[in-house]
Amino acid sequence: MRRPTDDSLFTRAALIAVTVGYVGLFLLLPLLIVFFSALEQGISAAFAALKDADAQSAIHLTLITAAIAVPLNAIFGICAAWAVAKYDFRGKSILTALIDLPFSVSPVIAGLIYVLVFGMQGWLGPWLRDHDIKIVFALPGIVLATMFVTFPFVARELIPLMADQGRDEEEAAVTLGASGFQTFLRVTLPNIKWGLLYGVLLCNARAMGEFGAVSVVSGHIRGLTDTMPLHVEVLYNDYQYVAAFAVASLLALLAIVTLILKSLLEWRYADEIAAVHRH
Amino acid sequence: MSMSSAVASSPRLRWRNPSVLPGFGLTLGFTLFYLSVVVLIPLTALLLRPWTLGWDGVVSAVTEPRVLNALKLSFGGAAIAAIVNAVFGLLLAWTLVRYEFPLKRFVDALIDLPFALPTAVAGIALSALYAGNGWVGGPLSALGIKVAYTPLGVIVALIFIGLPFVVRTLEPVLADMSLDAEEAASTLGATRFQTLRRVVLPALAPALVTGTTLAFARAVGEYGSVIFIAGNLPMKSEIAPLLIIIKLQQYDYAGAAAIGLVMLLASFLIILTLNLLQSVFAARR
Repeated sequence: MRRPTDDSLFTRAALIAVTVGYVGLFLLLPLLIVFFSALEQGISAAFAALKDADAQSAIHLTLITAAIAVPLNAIFGICAAWAVAKYDFRGKSILTALIDLPFSVSPVIAGLIYVLVFGMQGWLGPWLRDHDIKIVFALPGIVLATMFVTFPFVARELIPLMADQGRDEEEAAVTLGASGFQTFLRVTLPNIKWGLLYGVLLCNARAMGEFGAVSVVSGHIRGLTDTMPLHVEVLYNDYQYVAAFAVASLLALLAIVTLILKSLLEWRYADEIAAVHRH
Repeated sequence: MSMSSAVASSPRLRWRNPSVLPGFGLTLGFTLFYLSVVVLIPLTALLLRPWTLGWDGVVSAVTEPRVLNALKLSFGGAAIAAIVNAVFGLLLAWTLVRYEFPLKRFVDALIDLPFALPTAVAGIALSALYAGNGWVGGPLSALGIKVAYTPLGVIVALIFIGLPFVVRTLEPVLADMSLDAEEAASTLGATRFQTLRRVVLPALAPALVTGTTLAFARAVGEYGSVIFIAGNLPMKSEIAPLLIIIKLQQYDYAGAAAIGLVMLLASFLIILTLNLLQSVFAARR
């Protein structure tokens, strides 16, 4: 029998059809066309594009960038969460808002601000040039811009989680004579490991895929400062569609793996990652 | 240590409650240092740099017709995309929470794709899809609708990247909503439509406004997924972030910073207004 809160069969069928159609058209189709276009001239053409020297160096640069930016943001996220969630102090809400700030800044502005500081005509430009230090149009600038756009991921995952867990367990450990670092390793870390992994997963996906911010600070030196997303742009604007989509499909695979791991974590460890994901 | 404990023990000057846990100074210190170096100090450059042009210079830099047009497209396109996402996001969240159907888990996981897919990949994929000879663009151009390389293309890309914000904000609220109020309404004689309009929608309104605001904020500054499908015709389909890049390529740092500052201030103002609206909705319940 139909309960009063059930929608009619017609409504349900219509809404399900619209949902599946909408997701298919707006989300699935863009994903499919990436792989389809990459394989348009056969799998060997796609692999040839990936083995190209410039593509190899772009893959290399993307991996190095993520390998620096993600751990730094993870350490920051843990420190920020420890300070914000385990203590009561004034100005906490301002600090939390500032940590979230990079999410509301356009990626292009994220790149721009580093050019304003480190660029040739930036605050430190002349000094850097005199000392032969390259930041903009080189690896440090790319890493900094990546750090900015992925800044809040780990922190905003861990803050609500650690605040939820309170500090009783840590206080007990310290009272029993454990040092601060021992307490973190033995008590806190086991409690937050899945939340931490969740934050790192999202942080990494964004770090490897960032385009706007990196595009401003990279200088587009082919084979040198082009990351994978920038290399996709160069190939696409060069009308090398198969090669562009071949590199893009590597990034799309990364996105798919990220989504699968994310769904697994949400499903398996729902209670051990932040409260906002329990649904 | 003696300093902080003296401060902590004096009730008047206390700015934090005492705790036996060690590491407050270290973790807060590192947090503030890292935040300053990566975010706050560079952002200060954005606040200060435009004024090297003087007030008149800033005004003329951001009121250039080409810049004004780009700002209009970025903000207007983001607003249209956010409204479309509000409507379809609500519908999708409702279906995904309330109904069961085959492959539901797969459809639900796909919602996050715009978060996970690099924007440049989304950009070339949408551009290929909606081009005149593309899978979707082909049939549409037969109907006389051009999407790629027009402002409509910009909106399509902004709809793509904004969708998960609305759905993911609504889903937990919908899942937590008890059916009691709906049952009561229908027992008292309300039609299903009346129940949805008077009971369900008001309960969802705060989350709907939040999600739509997030989608809007993201869309205003979006670059990667837009520039490939936009075609970037001056005065027609150029977005504001692209003009920042163009100014930078001309070494006009101050002009670029002026556009960036206006974008940032305008979007904060809009987000603030929408947050006020959201708290009005929340208070009314």
